Amino acid sequence: MYNTYILNAIPNGARVLDLGCGDGDLLDQLRKEKNCQGYGIDIQYDHILACTKRGISTFHGNIDEGLSDFSDHAFDYVILSQTLQQVTRPLYVIEEMLRVGHKAIITFPNFGYWEIRIQLLLTGQAPKTKTLPYEWYDTPNIRVVSIRDFRHLCEQNNIKILSDNQSNLFSKKGLFVVKSGKKD
Amino acid sequence: MSLIFKGQNLELSSGQELGAFEIVYTTYGTLNQNKSNALLICHALSGDADAVIWWETQVGPGKAIDTNQYFVICSNTIGSCYGSTGPASINPKTDTPYNLSFPVITITDMVNAQKKLIDSLDISSLASVIGGSMGGMQALEWAVLYPENIRTCVAIATSAELAPQALAFNAVGREAIISDPNFQQGNYAEETVPKHGLSIARMIGHITYRSDESMSEKFGRRLLKKEDYGYDFSTDFEIESYLKYQGDKFVNRFDANSYLYLAKAMSYFDLSKKYGSLEEAFKNTQANFLILSISSDWLYPARESKRIVKALMKQNKPVTYCEIEASHGHDSFLMENDQLSKLIQSFLENTHEK
Repeated sequence: MYNTYILNAIPNGARVLDLGCGDGDLLDQLRKEKNCQGYGIDIQYDHILACTKRGISTFHGNIDEGLSDFSDHAFDYVILSQTLQQVTRPLYVIEEMLRVGHKAIITFPNFGYWEIRIQLLLTGQAPKTKTLPYEWYDTPNIRVVSIRDFRHLCEQNNIKILSDNQSNLFSKKGLFVVKSGKKD
Repeated sequence: MSLIFKGQNLELSSGQELGAFEIVYTTYGTLNQNKSNALLICHALSGDADAVIWWETQVGPGKAIDTNQYFVICSNTIGSCYGSTGPASINPKTDTPYNLSFPVITITDMVNAQKKLIDSLDISSLASVIGGSMGGMQALEWAVLYPENIRTCVAIATSAELAPQALAFNAVGREAIISDPNFQQGNYAEETVPKHGLSIARMIGHITYRSDESMSEKFGRRLLKKEDYGYDFSTDFEIESYLKYQGDKFVNRFDANSYLYLAKAMSYFDLSKKYGSLEEAFKNTQANFLILSISSDWLYPARESKRIVKALMKQNKPVTYCEIEASHGHDSFLMENDQLSKLIQSFLENTHEK
């Protein structure tokens, strides 16, 4: 369902780069419904194979190491969907996204969701939900980021929020369209 | 089935021309009615036209490159010593072997010769051109030189130009051959081939085709039938004897002059040379690319493959890149590897228009 928001945010025929593309669901939809061209990047062989089976072009790589294989503004949109909480260097990755793409779309599970706030308040333990079902010591989600945190990061680093999909404490996920605040 | 194609007037990169030439090739499977299932496999330096033998891990009925589905063509490259015209062939003008009077050839020349073969089979569009190492160079060259004639390109453990380190190893190999007293400017007799030089060239090559990890695993520092060091200059370690064995084996199956020519062709390979940049070289390609590197390959490291991919992406070309997990170094592409097989198979399946 969050794919729908991303699909709506992207114009027809855009060139896209999907970071952490998984088995290519989003790129497949973008290709079919929005006539988009582009590539996926993923670190897992199984995902590269899955994308290949669907005819989606992918690049096997670690987004934490940056996007040095891609040139400036090579894409209209760079997408990071539900992966921000798993990267070691989030700011670096976002900066790289804004270098390689004109705009970036970033979605992440909101650790500031009201239910999570209440759970933490009542149980005193790191919360678990349907979208964040892991124990704190065994989770791929190494970054605890809320919607307010993300806005703060953008403010601090001259990143312009173009659209926030009305993300707030009642949103399970944040969805932001951003661009660099620096003059080109 | 092994066949011979007789070609004429091959213009070479050097400006010379090969008047009459022959290519030995093998085909597997059946060409379909609209000739859309033909696929070309290009071999590496020491390979031949028998792809189901040297690449049995990938080529055959039901395998990644499925001979039940594709009409697979594999040709021995010009310059080689496995049937196609090379330095050991008879020069029709002199009725003696060419030896070093054979013109120096390039990867481009190999591909142009193959193109004539494919034309003679009346195949206008190849489903894929596939190769590893020097074969991968040919596959890339095909995509650039004949964009309308290939639909996909699979280039494994290769690069768009031979990197300086690989150039250096190549040069040492050639030097070993040339400095063998038996070499005689290439005019050696059958019974006095420069086997010492060729064997050393192969030993060096073999080291570069493997990895530290694979050698440690296979041999470690184990001694050869000895309890202790010999404290002399005989063979002490198993790895030494293994390398010697590889060198000797190679001498019996390969020609020293051919080695020089093919190694030189690889050294000269630079896809961007005519175009100014790699991006420009790929500008008119129409193929869908699958570029694969091997995690333990230090001769053609992943960054070489990524350079190709980056240039293709700059041109918005369809390309998939994957680093295949394998511990045996460069030669891993010839060995059994599930990741490699599955990716090649899926890529071909998905891109093949029946």
